Amino acid sequence: MTANSPDTAAAIACRGLTKRYGTITALDGLDLDVPAGSVFGFLGPNGAGKTTTLRILTSLAQASAGSATVGGVAVGQGEPNRAGKIGYLDQDPRFYGWMRGRELLAMVGRLYAMDGPELRSRIGEVLEQVGLADAADRRIGGYSGGMRQRLGLAQAILNRPPVLLLDEPVSALDPEGRRDMLTTIRSLGRTSTVLFSTHILNDVERVCDRVAILDHGRLVTEAPVDELLERYAADVYLVEPEPATPETLDHVAAALGAVEGVVATEIRHAMVRVSVTDAVAANRPLLAALAGLDMLIASFERQRPTLEDVFLRLVGRDREEAA
Amino acid sequence: MTGLGVLLGKELLEQWRTRRLPVVAVVFLAFGIASPVLARYLPEIVKSLGGTGFEIQFPEPTARDAVDQFLKNIGQAGVLTAILLAMGSVANEKERGTAALVLSKPASRAAFLVAKVLAIGATLLVSVALASAAAYLYTAILFAAPGAVGWLAMTLLLLLSLLGYTALTFLGSTLTRSSLAAAAIGVGGLVGLAVVSALPNVARYTPGGLSSPGAALANGVDAGDVLGPVLANIGLVVVLVGAAWLSFRRQEL
Repeated sequence: MTANSPDTAAAIACRGLTKRYGTITALDGLDLDVPAGSVFGFLGPNGAGKTTTLRILTSLAQASAGSATVGGVAVGQGEPNRAGKIGYLDQDPRFYGWMRGRELLAMVGRLYAMDGPELRSRIGEVLEQVGLADAADRRIGGYSGGMRQRLGLAQAILNRPPVLLLDEPVSALDPEGRRDMLTTIRSLGRTSTVLFSTHILNDVERVCDRVAILDHGRLVTEAPVDELLERYAADVYLVEPEPATPETLDHVAAALGAVEGVVATEIRHAMVRVSVTDAVAANRPLLAALAGLDMLIASFERQRPTLEDVFLRLVGRDREEAA
Repeated sequence: MTGLGVLLGKELLEQWRTRRLPVVAVVFLAFGIASPVLARYLPEIVKSLGGTGFEIQFPEPTARDAVDQFLKNIGQAGVLTAILLAMGSVANEKERGTAALVLSKPASRAAFLVAKVLAIGATLLVSVALASAAAYLYTAILFAAPGAVGWLAMTLLLLLSLLGYTALTFLGSTLTRSSLAAAAIGVGGLVGLAVVSALPNVARYTPGGLSSPGAALANGVDAGDVLGPVLANIGLVVVLVGAAWLSFRRQEL
């Protein structure tokens, strides 16, 4: 394999994938490998190029440059679609309003050459899985946005595709529906590779093994979620005395401020925030100092960033601006 | 043509469920019945409304008048119907996102287009056949039974001319994301064909030009060269649908 050819062992591989609309570059030389069997979070602010990437992978749009494979099949004129490699859920799934949910799934199944009792049984299965069994014989025109999103997932997984491309799959769901959908996506990761585009970072932390962050059409980073959180963890400890009175807080801050390697201490939200030069090296001395205080300690933890912190840091925005 | 059978099934079901097929069939049937009736009784109706001041002389109506009335009525209503049926067929699916749903599955773009053309063709076929059968029956009752073979040939020519207008609007629907823009292209093409028809020896090769040989065949008189115009119109449909595919095959959805 050359540096510019996709890794066909990966479930999804992109090399130099570029998409231009006139003078606007929506996707700028994306190199990405999605390992088989992963639930892969594809993050980025609006307009980062997530949907463009998914549309290229499904052959609904053509790349201006670069190449990609899905399930080892080169993306071109819909080859991975024809090979049944892809299940795709659009961010705003649209269906034929005159059809019934079950009829739509039957049509999709027949396009995948499924038929007869096997198709009927599979349709029943996926309808149960997405919680639409009761509405299956109603016209889709009467479905709510959330029901359409569930139906979208049902049609995407109907033929048990090896690769699932889900574009904002929970955006139209209520909290309960979102929880159910995320559980379903997590379980789908046992049989398929899932590429899951979203900007709801909490969802990614709940279901994804790995993430890629895209900004302005460029890949900013790609790593396992835990590794990314560890990489961007601050060298900060949070200590909470019991009780957390002004006196106990001052006492703890003063004691920890004298420990070697501590840069600063600060009292905030009834906790002592201890900044250190090296979090690993400072761990034992800090614990030893606390043990010597002869007072109760409710909690001692290293401050971990959320994926949101990492995301905002990487795409160069602060929380206020994002809010 | 991956997925053609499945997509054709969906399109035919859509023609039925969205009431396009039954509505068009009933409208055409009404024209099929009304045309011979009007041809037979219009002079009497006009006479009865004319008062006593003067008398209008009408020639005795014949089966030929019924044929002319039928071709005129179905020709006009048919062109409008063809444009209405084809204008949103592709444009609406692109605009609503349902084209992306289907084409992210094992379904080729050629199959997507051909299924639509065949389904619209089926609606027109059923409607024209019903109208034609009704018109034949009423002509036979009110005048005399025309030759069945000639009548059938006229029906097929009528259907072919409507398919020409359908293909024209279908190309428009493929080129745009708006059904109104597609209709404008269809009407523009109609006007263009009317202008081209003014050229000597060209009119008979246009969709509208098929009505003259159609009438002649139904009336059992010499229709002249029919094969040339038929081939020209089949060619027109093939070229227009081919152009639609060329445009659609790499469109972003």
